[in-house]
Amino acid sequence: MSSTLSFRGYQAESFYDEFFDGTGQPKSEAKILIDQINALPDYELQTRQEAIERALMRMGITFAVYGDQAGNEKIFPFDIVPRIISSIEWAHIEAGLKQRIKALNLFIDDIYHDQQILNDEIVPRNLLEDAASYRPECHGLNPPRGVWCHITGTDLIRHSDGAIYVLEDNLRCPSGVSYVLQNRQVMKRSFPQIFSETKVRPVIDYPIRLYETLCSLAPETSDPTVVVLTPGIYNSAYYEHSFLAQQMGVELVEGSDLAVRDGFVFMRTTRGYKRVHVIYRRIDDDFIDPQCFRKDSVLGVPGLMDAYRNGRVALANAPGTGVADDKVIYAFVPDMIRYYLDEEAILPNVKTYVCQREDDRKFVLDNIGDLVVKAANESGGYGMLVGPHSTKKEQAEFSRLVQENPRNYIAQPTLSLSRVPTVVDDHFEGRHVDLRPYVLYGEELWVLPGGLTRVALKKGSLVVNSSQGGGSKDTWVIAGNESQLQTQSQSEEE
Amino acid sequence: MLSRVADSIFWMARYVERAENLARFIDVTLNLQIDTPGSAGAQWEPLVRATGDEEKFKERYGQFDERNVIRFLTFDRDNPNSIVAILRAARENARSIRETISSETWEQLNAFYHFVRDAADTEEVRESPGDFFLEVKHYSHLLNGVTDSTMSHNEGWHFSNMGRLLERADKTSRILDVKYFTLLPRVEDVGSPVDDLQWSAVLRSVSGFEMYRKRYHGITVERIVEFLILDREFPRAIQYCLTEADESLHKISGTPVGTFDNPAEQRLGRLRAELAFCDVKSIINQGLHEFVDSLQTQLNQIGEGIVDTFIDPQSAA
Repeated sequence: MSSTLSFRGYQAESFYDEFFDGTGQPKSEAKILIDQINALPDYELQTRQEAIERALMRMGITFAVYGDQAGNEKIFPFDIVPRIISSIEWAHIEAGLKQRIKALNLFIDDIYHDQQILNDEIVPRNLLEDAASYRPECHGLNPPRGVWCHITGTDLIRHSDGAIYVLEDNLRCPSGVSYVLQNRQVMKRSFPQIFSETKVRPVIDYPIRLYETLCSLAPETSDPTVVVLTPGIYNSAYYEHSFLAQQMGVELVEGSDLAVRDGFVFMRTTRGYKRVHVIYRRIDDDFIDPQCFRKDSVLGVPGLMDAYRNGRVALANAPGTGVADDKVIYAFVPDMIRYYLDEEAILPNVKTYVCQREDDRKFVLDNIGDLVVKAANESGGYGMLVGPHSTKKEQAEFSRLVQENPRNYIAQPTLSLSRVPTVVDDHFEGRHVDLRPYVLYGEELWVLPGGLTRVALKKGSLVVNSSQGGGSKDTWVIAGNESQLQTQSQSEEE
Repeated sequence: MLSRVADSIFWMARYVERAENLARFIDVTLNLQIDTPGSAGAQWEPLVRATGDEEKFKERYGQFDERNVIRFLTFDRDNPNSIVAILRAARENARSIRETISSETWEQLNAFYHFVRDAADTEEVRESPGDFFLEVKHYSHLLNGVTDSTMSHNEGWHFSNMGRLLERADKTSRILDVKYFTLLPRVEDVGSPVDDLQWSAVLRSVSGFEMYRKRYHGITVERIVEFLILDREFPRAIQYCLTEADESLHKISGTPVGTFDNPAEQRLGRLRAELAFCDVKSIINQGLHEFVDSLQTQLNQIGEGIVDTFIDPQSAA
């Protein structure tokens, strides 16, 4: 057995590989890293990988394994080989994300006001009104500067044709950015030299940018009190909530810490009530205010929506944004970009069949064994049929569901995700990845250079979710010029 | 700071101190057993009785021996008062306030919890339990040191410090109470060699043997009681703990020491005054057990005062 991990003998096979081109030659942005890894002494990479895993355990960057009474926790598996994105490709992704979020935001603002896009019949009215995440209670709300989605995380994939596609929009409470920051921290400790040589763009600005974005929403004050609202320690993303609050230097509150009095929002402190101006809420719309949405919610704050409506407190994201996550609405995003911005989408959607359309439905029913069928309002891999991996019985079941409730289903071709070399025992093998970049929208749009690369650690698997054997990798965006290597505080000093 | 956060940090510190003291209780019993070989079993029963979980122990384990008692008090996850369960509670509290405590404190507590959890049922603990409990104390000291030197001594730190010291005062009084009972069964035993041996074990259990020696040299029950209750310099003595806790309490509220503006300050101030103007003779005359009883009642009332003042004022109204 070879003791040295190297790329000699690595096979890209028939997949699109992020490190090697079709002829097996390293891509220019990956070459420095490949050479460095090939030159490492025996066992060095494994040793560093193990050191990273120990560090993650010690730092308590773990998620609870539900149903395990012994209180066992696991680290979110981390692979030491990063995903690398060239500066040219990143410029394309960044422009595409800004364009998309801008259009989605205009869409949300429109549907909760004049609904021109429905009146012009670009998006069918019934599709919107039947969306489970549509919130009529949000009509007429006017968030500052008309921005509704302050924090988004958009899921991107690269198909075998080499192009980047948008797979999903997440405009509610996208999670995972804390892993981006922690992954970078442990990687820098492990490979200090490689970082300076490869010119990787820093991600450390995220918390301060987030804080500034939140402050920019504050009503009536230049010195706002910002808080992060969490459902509590048993939420699977709790670590992230606490991490972001800590990094921003703001309070992490639970619903019971807040109270609405005389129309304003306060938190209970050891010195009595203190006014809160901005809430970064990591609780879904349904739960934030039992007086307005779900009556049985114990996580939220009674009266919060009234305070919000009257401009006494800012919420990020604004309530009602979830409608843009609907998988049927997703199919119309390229149309929205054309409608609101008069531009073509820079980042294309995955080809999507909307089952409500008769032609599409017929195609889906005829080809159900080759397609991925998804329910409009589910996420995390639920309510989904992967045609090529399904039984006849499952296909018959989904055919029935599609016919009974066509509004609720879409279908897409089965995609081939690109791969990145990944440590498997004592060698590298290609594993499929996706990418979730994060976009902030305060006074302007800002895209974190990088994002969360999720990797399906099981051989051949396309499922990157952590609950199903997924892990993560650091994401390196290579700087196109020196100024992109500076953090915000450095550029301010000059 | 948030009331909930203040509550969590206060209890985080209390739980850690509680776990450390339980390790001390067990350790002193181990030492006594070594020093007095004949009495092996007799030492373990009072230890379980002092925790108040005697019935539960009898149901589950039956026999009061070293192995069973250590298991029950240290590693038993179903016993909410075992070291591992207490540390788990401390860690849950810390987890809910990670953004308030320093990363170093969190990591140290996390390591402490994992150390105890992973030690359950290992050969090492069976072979040399004394080393294990020594290590538990080290972890606790390290955690206190890390907290003191990495966290700003702000409101959060004062809540933590207050929790730690009130818990310590309570536990020092308990160890004194339990040992006074078991060590002084008959009046004629006072001053006998066994007595000396056992009382020095008590001093060692609070890491007070050397400091006591520097102050008093010879061991008498009266001086030990005086040292553990009334000493103003020894950090595990009750008077010392209450003085420091009072300091933190006034730092939190901003009220000058020696005055009061809320029930917590009033009650703690009264108790401090009582200790400051009392001597060991009057404690012994009153009866040590009665004294400790009253002390513990007052400590509980101080705890309630803290809740009513800072944590949940509405419930007090």
